[in-house]
Amino acid sequence: MNPVPAVQIAGLVKRYGTAPKNRVVAVDGLDLTIAAGAITAVLGPNGAGKTTTIETCEGYRRPDAGTVRVLGLDPVTQSAALRPRIGVMLQSGGVYAGARAVEMLRHTAKLHAHPLDVDALVERLGLGSCGRTTYRRLSGGQQQRLALAMAVVGRPELVFLDEPTAGLDPQARRATWDLVRDLRRDGVTVVVTTHHMDEAEQLADRVAIVDRGKVITEGTTEELCRGGAEDSLRFDGPPGLDLGPLVKELPEGATAVETTPGSYRVEAPVDPKLLATVTGWCAAAGVLPERLSVQRRSLEDVFLDLTGRELRS
Amino acid sequence: MTSYAPKPGAAPVGRMLLAQTAFETRMLLRNGEQLLLTVVIPTVLLVLFSAVDIVAVEGPGKRVDFLAPGLLALAVMSTAFTGQAIATGFERRYGVLKRLGASPLPRWALLTAKTGCVLVTEALQVALLSVIALALGWSPLGNPLSVVALLVLGTAAFSGLGLLMAGTLKAEATLAAANLVFILLLLAGGVIVPLSKFPGAVRSLLELLPISALSDGLRSVLQSGAGVPWADLGILAGWAVLGLAAAARFFRWE
Repeated sequence: MNPVPAVQIAGLVKRYGTAPKNRVVAVDGLDLTIAAGAITAVLGPNGAGKTTTIETCEGYRRPDAGTVRVLGLDPVTQSAALRPRIGVMLQSGGVYAGARAVEMLRHTAKLHAHPLDVDALVERLGLGSCGRTTYRRLSGGQQQRLALAMAVVGRPELVFLDEPTAGLDPQARRATWDLVRDLRRDGVTVVVTTHHMDEAEQLADRVAIVDRGKVITEGTTEELCRGGAEDSLRFDGPPGLDLGPLVKELPEGATAVETTPGSYRVEAPVDPKLLATVTGWCAAAGVLPERLSVQRRSLEDVFLDLTGRELRS
Repeated sequence: MTSYAPKPGAAPVGRMLLAQTAFETRMLLRNGEQLLLTVVIPTVLLVLFSAVDIVAVEGPGKRVDFLAPGLLALAVMSTAFTGQAIATGFERRYGVLKRLGASPLPRWALLTAKTGCVLVTEALQVALLSVIALALGWSPLGNPLSVVALLVLGTAAFSGLGLLMAGTLKAEATLAAANLVFILLLLAGGVIVPLSKFPGAVRSLLELLPISALSDGLRSVLQSGAGVPWADLGILAGWAVLGLAAAARFFRWE
């Protein structure tokens, strides 16, 4: 792996609006370092500041404070040197309404010195079936795949994908993930924003969770889910159970919480004895524990623990 | 199996320019509304008003000798102003300009390509209108270089105004406003209705419009065989400087 980070962001602040009354702080002192050669997911609820952060890296926004370096370059002042080296997929649009998929991709390829073979890419992403249909009449999934193809056709070192699988069916989603993994295999750095936890968990080497304009935690999925980290046992039941008596029966240091009304989580080293203790307590309380499961923490738990709010919005 | 191993680089700028110009021209020629505006309307007006005695033309020669220069001016306005404003407005709305802003294509090259696309289209328009006018008995006079100078400055003036509109208004507003301006200037810019039909005070204001300067300049050369129309060139240059400077200052890419 390349020791020089692909992206370095320090203290980034970005506000929108000029009047104090309707001023919105989209990014509020964000720090993030993205390793080269890996897939990094920037995960967070809508409005967390993901897109603003990515668009600052792409040179679209000028930071109000802080520094941003992409491949060691300033995206605003050194844009001309940076642009050929990055691939960009916007959240939507970016294509002439009257253009056909293949001709748009062929045109994008012509702006680069050593583009990929367009026909192979068209076949890989199933764009051949778009035929003579113009962009405005393509399905949402076809539009997304074309935008993805345009982001990679110039053989960039670093690719920014802003919610690449939003609105895709599971099959198209998997095709996108496969391509992203192939990019990593061949040494391309990929930065992907998403508000899908499963996407971050399955695809990314590293995850940065962003909320309210800041990175609240960052690391490999393993690290984040280990983070602190007991295994847990969960079950659903009637809301508002008194967990006090249960906690007394649990081993030293274990906790039991109602994460959302009717969903319970017991954090402790999970062993058969713990399971027996919990089900025994349930039996005594006359509660049938539904969806009882033993599992590791998910990114959603990490997010909940850090913010007390749900990730999905 | 395809390798995605990085090998980044911008294409040579000349190749990018050529590719972008060709692509924009192809998009324009495929667009039915644009063709109506740039080809059908000027052609129909030229044929109709040459054949039918509805408007009172003036000056030496046949009806077509008055009308052809006006419709060449209209062709320039339809492509450089109306067509370019609408197309660019929607490109801005749909994120095309934004996405191109992250490509290796420099902004100046994008604008140059747009100009190239306008010039190619105008060349086709001028060729088509000239052939039709000649078939209708047109006998153009004057120095072709004066005509080229007028067409180029007119293009610059209308491009500046069109880009200003596309880069500041919403796409729908640009669509409506650009069409409205097209019709108003068609009627009140000396294209088919001589400005002498307007009252004196109004007329001297209308004479300052870019379309009036262009149609008047073309007419003085092509219909009357006059020398270099410095006053009209001056008005067009003024609009070009104002329009392009304002567009450069206020244009928003997204």
